[in-house]
Amino acid sequence: MEFFERFAIPHPSPAIYASMVAIALVSIGIVAGLTYFKKWGYLWREWLTTVDHKKIGIMYLVSALLMLFRGGADAIMMRAQLATPEAKLLDAQHYNEIFTTHGVVMIIFMAMPFIFAFMNLIVPLQIGARDVAFPRLNALSFWLFFAGAMLFNISFVIGGSPDAGWTSYFPLAGNDFSESVGTNYYMLAIQISGIGSLMTGINMCTTILKMRAPGMTLMKMPMFTWSAFIANVIIVFAFPVLTVALIMGTTDRLFATNFFTTSNGGMDMLWANFFWIWGHPEVYILILPAFGLYSEIISTFSRRNLYGYSSMVWSMVLISLLSFLVWTHHFFTMGQGALTNSIFSITTMAIAVPTGVKIFNWLFTMWKGKIRFTVPMLYSVGFIPLFTIGGVTGVMLAMSAADYQYHNTMFLVAHFHNTIIPGVVFAMLAGLTYYWPKFFGFMLNEKIGKVTFWLLTVGFVLAFFPMYLTGLDGQARRMYTYSEATGFGPLNMLSFIGAALMAIGFVTIVYNVYYSFKNSSRDIGSDPWDARSLEWATHTPVPEYNFARTPQISSSETFWDSKKNGHVLFKGEIEEIHMPNNSGVPFVMGMIFLVAGFSFIFALWIPAVIALIGIFVCMAMRSFEKDHGRHISVKEIKETEEQLGGAK
Amino acid sequence: MHIDHSKPLEYSTQQNQLNILGFWIFLGAEIMLFATLFTAYFTLEGRTGTGPTPAEIFEITPVLIETLVLLTSSFTIGLGIHAMRLGRKNAMITFFGITLLLGLCFLGVEIYEFMHYYHVGATYQTSAFTAALLTTLGTHGGHVTLGLFWGTFIILQVKKRGLTPETANKSFIFSLYWHFLDVVWIFIFSFIYLKGMM
Repeated sequence: MEFFERFAIPHPSPAIYASMVAIALVSIGIVAGLTYFKKWGYLWREWLTTVDHKKIGIMYLVSALLMLFRGGADAIMMRAQLATPEAKLLDAQHYNEIFTTHGVVMIIFMAMPFIFAFMNLIVPLQIGARDVAFPRLNALSFWLFFAGAMLFNISFVIGGSPDAGWTSYFPLAGNDFSESVGTNYYMLAIQISGIGSLMTGINMCTTILKMRAPGMTLMKMPMFTWSAFIANVIIVFAFPVLTVALIMGTTDRLFATNFFTTSNGGMDMLWANFFWIWGHPEVYILILPAFGLYSEIISTFSRRNLYGYSSMVWSMVLISLLSFLVWTHHFFTMGQGALTNSIFSITTMAIAVPTGVKIFNWLFTMWKGKIRFTVPMLYSVGFIPLFTIGGVTGVMLAMSAADYQYHNTMFLVAHFHNTIIPGVVFAMLAGLTYYWPKFFGFMLNEKIGKVTFWLLTVGFVLAFFPMYLTGLDGQARRMYTYSEATGFGPLNMLSFIGAALMAIGFVTIVYNVYYSFKNSSRDIGSDPWDARSLEWATHTPVPEYNFARTPQISSSETFWDSKKNGHVLFKGEIEEIHMPNNSGVPFVMGMIFLVAGFSFIFALWIPAVIALIGIFVCMAMRSFEKDHGRHISVKEIKETEEQLGGAK
Repeated sequence: MHIDHSKPLEYSTQQNQLNILGFWIFLGAEIMLFATLFTAYFTLEGRTGTGPTPAEIFEITPVLIETLVLLTSSFTIGLGIHAMRLGRKNAMITFFGITLLLGLCFLGVEIYEFMHYYHVGATYQTSAFTAALLTTLGTHGGHVTLGLFWGTFIILQVKKRGLTPETANKSFIFSLYWHFLDVVWIFIFSFIYLKGMM
């Protein structure tokens, strides 16, 4: 029995026991359902072993939506606790756990897979490639993300959640102050999914650099591909920093080393620096692809080419460089001198310049355009003013002297939600609505979509704008309650109402999918939005080989050219196409990583070592394996093309 | 599979070119990884707590042997790739074999070095300095260890399958990896050992 005590939750509550039961029931339900409908084989053949970038993209998408609800549940609990002064819904410890998991889940396990979903779905199509450069590595990336996400999500029912904040600053995150295994979960789960992200970065960079269709020079790439490329370059350079920091954090906790401790020479600020050297570029990893999606959507629905293409590219390049030079602004109050703070103030404010360039480019794209206010366009139009407010408060925070007032208050919380929600989340939902027909063959309902948009926008404003006020008045973040005398009560109640509206908004997305699946027309052609770039040039749904013949590129809007200016997109005869084989190894490796991570978290050394050996055995098997892929014959391609409504 | 005979074997197919570029990008990430480790080391180097300082534990002899052995192995793998380009399979295998043997020697001396640190009281837990030192050296040593296995697999494949675009590609990429480890070692030698002993 003693052995099992380590898996107990240190700080249980009825809600957690209820979650345990729910998790068990859902798992049983899934297994029973798969068995009853005899879908195990289908699941294995079509999804678990797939190396197709489109299916991997869909799996990222589903995971991201699930995690959105997990993180959202955390959010609504926090707002409910803070809605009234001295509420007793959550105690301090639960509140700590919930704001920690909310942050980690939303950034690492919701926003990251969401952007990876779009990169996987769109980038190969936009550059006219068959797949990514390393399809099997791509599958491994997904399964590592998945393993990390599962690991992180079981923490609250096995052993306890991390509770040191998503930044997990030491010494708070060290063994002295965080005794439970929660922070081990943080270190290992993020490590595993981080390795997956790094591999996606390498994969996407190679794909974009080497696999573009003939004629597509770098400056003729669609804007989303550009943004994906720059985000992946940032991934390649930022994630190794996190890898090292997490290794050090892990050894501090598991092997009693002294990297970040306060004794034997350890330096807690080293963690903060490493974390943010990764962490600040990370926010640009999220926002740049979002900018890319907005660029595609705004130009499609304004029926105009993107204004200032090259300035869009150069502003992203500049942002990517600056993103590595601002990390100290996350801790202006933590002891650097005035000179250091001033330098980082200036670099931080400098980021507003290229971002401003982009905002004006979008406005000029819309100017004199024939705007159609579809759901994706509504999100984009809502994004511009809301994100600008978030940007302006960011410049306020960038002033290091003034930051002493804002630091660690709800003002900061309002600021970064103000950039992430209209910036990233709106972009993801806009992209979801925009690309949905391409991959699922039907449109999402516009009416319900508009209701969702308004619920989210009004909810967002109500939830977060009051925090600017309470923050300036001194309401600290990460405090589980406040007294009535502070007077923060009414504004926090308003925030709760806003959060509730947003929750309803997210539920309407699920309803929309259900409703549209039942009622939407399946006869939508391959280009329902009258779009401009290459991903719309192939069939809907996209055949596994993407394009029967390699497209010829004329400009960044080559599909528009083919529709309006007589550009011939597809030339020559259909030839045999080489495709990679499916493989179960990435899935198996992901699961072994899951076991390894779990064993390390609980310091179970024997299974940990066995799992590590298992990982190396998988790698060795891959080295010796002879897998030359397969060929799709011309006859087969012609049949598929015929079925999808004529050769392209 | 389209093979372009005007290019060296390791670059002759599209997948081969993708693999090589992808590996270069991976090495970019590795540079960041080691750069972070060096940053941690330089930050923590003087923070020895109650433990020993760098000058007290570093010994020049094993470090010189390690350096000599590893630099030579970088040279022999270069010869191996040269032999591969000339299509001389056996010479290539021999040079790769010598490279791995030298790698093994390096590892042996490094293990001796770690034992020495343990005996003079510089363990993983002693201080921030020792933790940073052993993590940086250990990460490099871990890469070498992985390389020993990887290199052995490649030799076996070349032996069995001959010099094909695929095996040539793998061998070339392995040589990039091995050279990279050597470059990292030069930094370790100069900025950890020499700086620490001065």
